[in-house]
Amino acid sequence: MLAFNFFGATEGGLFDINATLPLMAIQVVALTYILNSLFFKPVGNVVEKREKFVSNNIIEAKNKLSEVKKLEADLLTQLQSARTEAQKIVSEAENESDKLYKEALDLANNEANASKEKARLEIESQTSAARDQLSKQADDLSELIVSRLILEK
Amino acid sequence: MFFNSLLTNFAALEVGQHLYWQIGNIRLHGQVFLTSWILLGALLVFVSLGTKKMGNDPKGLQNLLEFLWDYIRDLARTQIGEKVYRDWMPFIGTLFLFVFVSNWGGALIPWRLIKLPSGELGAPTADINTTIALALLVSLSYFYAGLSNKGWRYFEYYVHPTPIMLPFKILEDFTKPLSLSFRLFGNILADELVVGVLVFLVPLILPIPVMFLGLFTSAIQALIFATLAAYYIGEAVEEHH
Repeated sequence: MLAFNFFGATEGGLFDINATLPLMAIQVVALTYILNSLFFKPVGNVVEKREKFVSNNIIEAKNKLSEVKKLEADLLTQLQSARTEAQKIVSEAENESDKLYKEALDLANNEANASKEKARLEIESQTSAARDQLSKQADDLSELIVSRLILEK
Repeated sequence: MFFNSLLTNFAALEVGQHLYWQIGNIRLHGQVFLTSWILLGALLVFVSLGTKKMGNDPKGLQNLLEFLWDYIRDLARTQIGEKVYRDWMPFIGTLFLFVFVSNWGGALIPWRLIKLPSGELGAPTADINTTIALALLVSLSYFYAGLSNKGWRYFEYYVHPTPIMLPFKILEDFTKPLSLSFRLFGNILADELVVGVLVFLVPLILPIPVMFLGLFTSAIQALIFATLAAYYIGEAVEEHH
């Protein structure tokens, strides 16, 4: 009753295969070539050129970054060596000043000791001189006393 | 009276009727060529407009075309493999664009407003001739891809894990174009019929979600067709070790 003519035998129908098929195939093949020259090739060229440009830039940037890192490491080692050198110089100077200080201290100590000794020796000699004089006077005095005692008698 | 007019209107869906062109001895489905020329013409105009002034900084249409190109390249590359995808990208891309433009053109343009003496305009992919033509091109392509890349070693594929596979692999060469063509044909025709019937029965609002579903199916079918074609070519050029 419904006019759905699904499998129309002679004329039409859903599965009516005719020369449309090969012509459509030729049309699609032609379309492939046309789209290739009109769309795929030009767009591909532009996109791939840009991709190459971007990847080249990335590589260049990476190279530069590695160079910078190398330089940084170089500078760091230089800084390190300069620092150790400075440390060495400072410690050397410290040692030297230490030595000088010790030397000066020794010298001063020696000098002080020497003058102390000299003073002691002087004191000793003066003491002995004074004692000699005293004992001489005592001798004189005792002699005097003895002579007087003898005279009285 | 009402029922009668309903039936005659229902008949107006005109399934399986064609506008015949007779050229010498051969007969063609005119409506298929008419719609395909209009749609492909629009596609070519769009593409040539977009590629006219291309710069390193994409602007306007170039963006869209580059996105499309990238999408097709990814599809071809993942299915066919890094080695030969470049040779087949235009073919895969053309299949995708042809099917997509045909499906969406058939669904979006109100062809029914144009009256033909017989048959009606619609998606070119809703005609079995078109889908069989596409599917046979895919078959030829994967044979050609396999033979040109591997020579006679291509036929190792037929006995690949074991010779037991031979009859199944031969059967596959027939089922591949069959399933490709009928999947596309069936989906697009069914969508057109469902929308047609719904528009006839409930002309307001209700057909709209079905129309959106139809657009979705149409896009998916284009993707499936292109992906399967690429997969078959990839399978043919793949090296077994």
